[in-house]
Amino acid sequence: MLDFSRSYFELFGMSAGFLVDIPELARRYRELQKVVHPDRFAAAGQATQRLSLQSATLVNEAYDTLKDPLKRAQYLLRLRGVELDAQHHTLNDPDFLMQQMALREALAEVLQATDARARLDALMQDIGNLIETQVARLAVQLEESGAEQLEAAVQSVQKMQFLNKLHAEAEALEADLEDAC
Amino acid sequence: MAYSDKVIDHYEHPRNVGVLDKGAANIGTGMVGAPACGDVMRLQIQVNEQGVIEDAKFKTYGCGSAIASSSLLTEWVKGRTLDEAREIKNSEIAEELALPPVKIHCSVLAEDAIKAAIADYQSKQGA
Repeated sequence: MLDFSRSYFELFGMSAGFLVDIPELARRYRELQKVVHPDRFAAAGQATQRLSLQSATLVNEAYDTLKDPLKRAQYLLRLRGVELDAQHHTLNDPDFLMQQMALREALAEVLQATDARARLDALMQDIGNLIETQVARLAVQLEESGAEQLEAAVQSVQKMQFLNKLHAEAEALEADLEDAC
Repeated sequence: MAYSDKVIDHYEHPRNVGVLDKGAANIGTGMVGAPACGDVMRLQIQVNEQGVIEDAKFKTYGCGSAIASSSLLTEWVKGRTLDEAREIKNSEIAEELALPPVKIHCSVLAEDAIKAAIADYQSKQGA
């Protein structure tokens, strides 16, 4: 059914890289899902059914990974042998962390403000811009080989992790604001 | 996952939350962050002429364990010399707060923060 040893990129017949044609990825995902979907093997033997389920799971995993810039970058780094042992890794960039702290503080102050909605919108705009900048950097860093670029890409991935967390916090706050209205 | 009573106590009543003047010569600021969870921590110390930490403040955006670790650490470092403060190990924090294995990295973050604050203070003195 599927070759489980192939990379996610190979699975979708795409070349391994950070720049991915997302609509094309989605199209190939739907095609693959049709091929491996367990419904098609309802009448088949147990082994085939199990294989179909495993294949469908793999296709879902691959799609989830490749469509998301952060997960795609992390996956590319893993393919290049970089283990992102994030648990014990502290980002060593005081200026970036200072900015994160300031944004978190601004986010915390939103609820007390009379113009909460406008402030949150402005902050989400800022966060969105920062994420876009980081994605653009990753695109350059991951296209190059070489140890220096790889190290820079790891740093960018770490920064993306902070920014995604910040974005999630902002979205949670947005939900709170909507509930309050 | 259940937090220990000590974590909850620090989380609900964090000690020494605040900010010190980052630009002052007798203040050291440590900024650290854990990419895995997106937690950010700022820990600041005010050091007197004898090299003793006379005040400490922190601000942490993160989970209960990260907040408790930094809160506890600010209590511990007050009154200690820089050398004594540098000796504090994350395992002591984890033990005091009864942190589960998946939250040990929060105490590591706090240890990194005090080390960074001390280094920042000393670089100001050397300059």
